[in-house]
Amino acid sequence: MDLFSSFWPWYVTGPLIGLFVPVIYLLLNKHFGISSTFRDICAAALRPSAPYFKYNWKANSWRLVFVAGIVIGGFLSRATLGTPATGQISEHTLSVLSSQGVRDFTRLIPGDLFSLGSVLTLRGFVLIVVGGFLVGFGTRYADGCTSGHTIHGISNFQRASIVATVCFFLGGLLSTYVLLPLILSL
Amino acid sequence: MIYVIVLLLGTCFGIILTNGEVISWFRIQEMFHFDSFHMYGVIGSAIAVGALSMLILRKLHARSLKGDPIVVESKQLGKGTVFGGVLFGVGWALTGACPGPLYALVGNGYGAFLLALLSAIGGALVYGLVRDKLPH
Repeated sequence: MDLFSSFWPWYVTGPLIGLFVPVIYLLLNKHFGISSTFRDICAAALRPSAPYFKYNWKANSWRLVFVAGIVIGGFLSRATLGTPATGQISEHTLSVLSSQGVRDFTRLIPGDLFSLGSVLTLRGFVLIVVGGFLVGFGTRYADGCTSGHTIHGISNFQRASIVATVCFFLGGLLSTYVLLPLILSL
Repeated sequence: MIYVIVLLLGTCFGIILTNGEVISWFRIQEMFHFDSFHMYGVIGSAIAVGALSMLILRKLHARSLKGDPIVVESKQLGKGTVFGGVLFGVGWALTGACPGPLYALVGNGYGAFLLALLSAIGGALVYGLVRDKLPH
């Protein structure tokens, strides 16, 4: 069970993720994207009157089943990994984050920033709630995320997906070098 | 039956995202600091395998399980691709999670990410409501 009780190197993880592209096409003949489920959940649960939500979400209900699986998979991994420590993160990144005020380096997620209690602080609220909002709003505005654009779109040589991925990175760099140092000092 | 297979595939995906450290906030920070090859290796090799597989499927004129020819949906390039892409990128580096990892982190028991996921759904809702007023 060593396979499930330790982290995997990139050359195991990456190719496994890549295989989902042909598998989803062979199985369902659908373009795969995870951020579409945010729209599906709105359409199914909240039934907003906006035209963006007037579509047959049931025709793509497989996507909701897939993300339910992701939650289950996360749960199973947590059970086999135990409480995983932070992996082999670069010393430079850790020292930069430490100098910016991050204190908890014991797990995959810094507990001092991302806990249910920290959402009541301005810093936690921006990271968790504003960050989450931008993920949902931005991926729907861009019509895809890292799965739909970066992996599946570029695999199919879509120009829009290449542009989207460059923009994802530009936004990420803006956060890392400009916004995050400010937010962490709140 | 197809739903059972899809649920199992999703479960595998959640395991891969967790064991591959794709859900790690620290790995995402490290990627944006250009301090490690890990995430570039994950994303790059995923695209390489995905692209190669699709080329082979096309060469073989492969058909889907139902028997219809495989059709690739084309994504429209527009202003939304740029504006939305940058906004998502900002959120990606703050939360350290793109949509797949958001779900996986909830499964991992990180309660704060249930809030982040609900907020992402709220973001999609607001986008849908103001869509007509945005440049696309």
